Formats: sequence, C-alpha cells, structure tokens
Amino acid sequence: MSAESTGSPVIDIRGADKIYATGAVEVAALRGVDLTIGQGEYVAIVGPSGSGKSTLMHIVGCLDVPTSGKYLLGGEDVAHMSERQLAEVRNRRIGFCFQQFNLLASMPAWRNVELPLVYAGVPRSERRERSRSALERVGLADRADHLPGELSGGQQQRVAVARALVTEPSLILADEPTGNLDSSSTADVLGLFDELSSSGRTIVLITHEHDVAERARRQVQIRDGHVVEDSAWAGAGVRS
Amino acid sequence: MGRCGGAVVNWTETLRTALEAVRAHRLRSILTMLGIVIGVSSVILTVGLGQGAQNKVKDEIAALGSNLLIVSPGSSTSSAGVRGGFGSATTLTTTDADAIADTSVVPDVEAVAPTTSTSLALTAGTSNWTTSVVGTTPSWLSVRARTVETGRFFTQAEVEHASNVIVLGSDTASELFTTGNAVGQTVSANGRTLTVIGVLKSTGSSNSGTSNDDTAIVPLSTEESLAGTTSGSLSTIYVQGRSSGTLGAAYDEIDALLLNLHGITSASDADFSISSQDSLLDTANSTNKTLTVLLGGIAAISLLVGGIGVMNIMLVSVTERIREIGLRKALGATPKVIRRQFLVEASTLGLLGGLVGVLIGIVGAQVLPSIIDQPVAVSALATSAAILVSLALGIGFGVYPASRAARLTPIDALRSV
Repeated sequence: MSAESTGSPVIDIRGADKIYATGAVEVAALRGVDLTIGQGEYVAIVGPSGSGKSTLMHIVGCLDVPTSGKYLLGGEDVAHMSERQLAEVRNRRIGFCFQQFNLLASMPAWRNVELPLVYAGVPRSERRERSRSALERVGLADRADHLPGELSGGQQQRVAVARALVTEPSLILADEPTGNLDSSSTADVLGLFDELSSSGRTIVLITHEHDVAERARRQVQIRDGHVVEDSAWAGAGVRS
Repeated sequence: MGRCGGAVVNWTETLRTALEAVRAHRLRSILTMLGIVIGVSSVILTVGLGQGAQNKVKDEIAALGSNLLIVSPGSSTSSAGVRGGFGSATTLTTTDADAIADTSVVPDVEAVAPTTSTSLALTAGTSNWTTSVVGTTPSWLSVRARTVETGRFFTQAEVEHASNVIVLGSDTASELFTTGNAVGQTVSANGRTLTVIGVLKSTGSSNSGTSNDDTAIVPLSTEESLAGTTSGSLSTIYVQGRSSGTLGAAYDEIDALLLNLHGITSASDADFSISSQDSLLDTANSTNKTLTVLLGGIAAISLLVGGIGVMNIMLVSVTERIREIGLRKALGATPKVIRRQFLVEASTLGLLGGLVGVLIGIVGAQVLPSIIDQPVAVSALATSAAILVSLALGIGFGVYPASRAARLTPIDALRSV
C-alpha cells in the first residue's frame, strides 16, 4: 500500500444532509456535504463547535446515517446495509478514537484493546496476543494489566489508539483525540497517527486546533454544515 | 474479509462479560438479588413446612397401628354435614365389637379393641394428674401397636372381673410418680383405688394435640364403673385388618355387619362411621395442602416482585451504561450481541439469587424446627423448581431492558454524557 494512493475513494459522500428534529424545530447539522477521501489519505476535518464536524464524523464512521444524500464506503452504499452489516463494517474496517477515550473502567488495558476482536469472533488466545502487540506498537506493553484509571490521559488515549488498531482496519477515525491531552501527550498521540499514516492507513481526524490539523496532509474546513474549504481544492487549483 | 459479523461472539464470552458486570456493581447486584433470594428461600421454607407437617401427620397416623380401621359412633355425610356428634353419640356397643370380632362373620379382621374413654383425675399420694382414661380389652395392645415397658398389660380375666388394675402411659407415669417405679404402686380415681400393673413404652410422638404417652388404660368394665357411663356403650372400636390388601374387604364386611345389627337399610342413614388411616391422612393433608398452597402462593408473589426488581435495576443499568453500550456498538457489537449480554446479565442475577435463596432456605430448614417446633422437609422438587423459576424470572424480566439496550443507536449512546 502506498502512502499517497489515489485509487478508488475509501469514503465518498455526495450531497449528504443530516437534519435533527427536536420537537417542532428542525436543525440541519449537515447541508449538502460532498467529501471524497482516497485510500491512504490523512485528512483533518476542522471547524468550530456546532459546525457539524462531529455529525460528519459519525456518518463517516457508520455510527449514523445521512437524512438524505449518499455515502459509499469502499464503493458500498451504507444506506442498503442492515444494522448487523453496519456493526460488522465498524468492527472490521474502522478503528475509532474518541475525545473521552471511552475505555471501560472495569477492564485492564489489554482487555479494552481486545474488545473489537471479541466482536469479530477471534479466539481468546489469539486476541490476547494481538492485543499485547497492539499495545506494544503504542509503547504501552508494560501497562497492559493496568486499569484505565491507573493510566495518565495520554496513556489512556494511546490504549484507545491500540484498540483502534487491533483489528487492522483500513480507516482510522479520531474525534478530537487530543482534546483532553496536554501538549506532550498530544505530541505522542499525533506521532502515532503519523506512523499509521505512513504505513498506508487512511486517517480522518477531527479537531478544532489548527496546529493539530497542520499535521494532516489535507485539511477540510466545515462551517454551518457546509464544507467551506478543502486543501485538496487548492491542490487541484480550485478555491472557493 | 470474513462475512460473519458479531454474531459469532460465543456464550462463554457473553457469560464472562455478564459476570464482570455483576461483580463491578457488587452492592447493586446484591440488592437486586435480594428480592429473588427472599422469594426463593420463602418458597422453600413454606413448601418445606407444609411437607414437614404432612410427614408428621403421616407418622402419627402410622403410629396408630397397622392396617387399622377406626369405627366411631355417629356419621358424617357429605351432603348433610355431621349426623349425631362424634363421641357424644352412643350408638356403638360392646355387642357391635363382639360381632366384629367374630371371624366367621368378618373373616378379614385380625383383632378388635373396643374402647371407651373419659377424662379423669388420678391421684397418687400428693400428686394428681388429669388424663384420658381408656377402657378396653387386652387386644388393644396389639391393635394399637403398643408395647409395655415395665410390668404387664391386663388380661381377659381382669376385664371380666372389672379388676382394679391400671396401665399408665409413660408421661402419665412420670407425672404421678416422679421418683421410683410406678409398677406396684396405687392410684385412686373417683374414690376407687387401682394398682399400677404396667407402664407403656413411649411412642415418642410428642407435640401432637393428644399425646399417645399421656394416657391411662384400664379394663373396659373397670372404666365403665369408674366413669359411671352406660354399660356397653363405646366411644371407638379399633379394628385391625388381616393385611393391607384385604383392608377394603374388612371395611365392607364391618359396614354391612353394623348396618344389619343396627337395623339400618340405607347406608346414608348409618349411625356410625368407619375411617381408615388413609382416609385420616387425606383429611389431615387436605387442610395442610390448602395452607401450603396459600403460603407458597404468597412466597411466589414475593418471587415475582423480586423479578420486577431485576427488571427495574436492569433498566437503570441500561440507562447508566449507555456510553458503554454505545462504545461496544461502535466497536462492532450487533444489537443481537448487546441484547444477549444484558439478557445473560439479568438471568445471572436471577440464577445467583435463586442459588443463594436455596442455600438460605436449606439453612433455614435446619434452624427453623428448633425455633418454631415444626418439622421442615426440604423437597428436591421445590428446590429445583425455585432455581428454574428464578432463572426464568431473570430471563423474562431481562427481555425488556435488554431489547432497550439493543435498540439504542450507537450515536445516541455515545453522545450522552
């Protein structure tokens, strides 16, 4: 896999709307978003809070479906997928990192990391092995048996990255992964993403911090549910 | 890429997750199980008490003798209630007893013991004791399956001469003669002095309304003059059949004989009634059963309430663990897997509650008899049924919370903080 593959797009969103109906009021979180992300790209989605970037992330991650418009993931239309198939797609193709880490407090680090493998039906001994090696990749092999509460914020997020990696997904989605971290932990985690990117994984990172976004090779600006700027346009000689 | 999805998550994995969740919220789990624990242990104890009471009655009735038929004066009919009063009617006579004892008429009868009894005050020195004094014949001993501990029973000759002899029950003997041997001593009753010739062996069946050991036995003729009752009238005739197989035949023979003797043509007008040990058992058990069913029903309701408690807590748990559910879904758990996880968790709570309840029930069954003086028989059937029911309650009341958890969309679950 090459780092700058421009083959068939992994993510292909066309005219996606997302409208939330809260009582009588309809709030459009996304309005006609078009976004194409190719294999191996490292994309940062940037925007102020309320801009719709989290909603976009949820749709990209198959956690939510657009109200209208199309989303093709690896060429497949997610609108035609059942809940079960969506769960499988999340399990096999996507690795998630959240701002709140979302580790289960009652389980040691390695059990948290193996969780996606449990749902993939991987046998226990293999899970343990793969979980340990994923933790090794994020530099936390010696903390495998620690509970999340015994780890620092940066370490917790690295455990979460290990969990996102363990199924060897082609796409990694990170929602404000550095939002709760100090600057040195931020550097650690972003370093991991750089590594993952150079190993050919597609990474989509959501942030509102510009210096974090700078680390990605492509920045997509979102405001009020629209894509207002995309550095890929500049590359193609198109600017809004 | 495989197409098998999350459905392959195996049961041991699901069970492990459920046990971890139960352990993670230890106090809450214990409180949730409490309802089931109380329900199951009370079901076991109430059913055990009923069973214990039935066993006790069975033992007492068996202690009356073997292959016994009891002929009492008066009759009870199902439609018109009781005809004449039990005991107060004087329709049975020694003539009846003699006729029943005639093996040419009633071939299936082994022995007959006519009895009449009165409550009398017995005095020995300074002690006096009121007990039921039974007048009968020597065959009483074998018919009622009793034995003499010390001394002897009276003879037929003593019955014919209305001798002043008395045989005491073991309790009566120890009440009257606190020290020393009762045999050879004298007691007086209604101004008559009787010599104690024997003491009956204790039957050990205490705690019943009428103790078999608090009694005094005298010859039938002696009893009649002591109590001043009408000569020849009896309160009960105990008849021992030849074998359990011919007891029915003996019953019919006695019935026909007495109807004939009393000049009664219609069986429904009978002025006597015959009961067997089985019919006594049935009567006693029907009351016991009603009580057991009633108490068991109350216990079952508390079990149901326990089940609702499980549902309540599981619903709280689903709401509280909404982020966890969201995360699991984001990581690839299908609705089916989530539903199964919560279902297994609820049934684990139910089953654990059931097992703890059984344990408490069994311990209670050991402890309770010494407190309330009632035997408790733990029935294996009730125990296994209680465990199964508690498991079923866990599953049944887990369905709704589990399907709520399964229906949560990952995004709603993740978003809520």
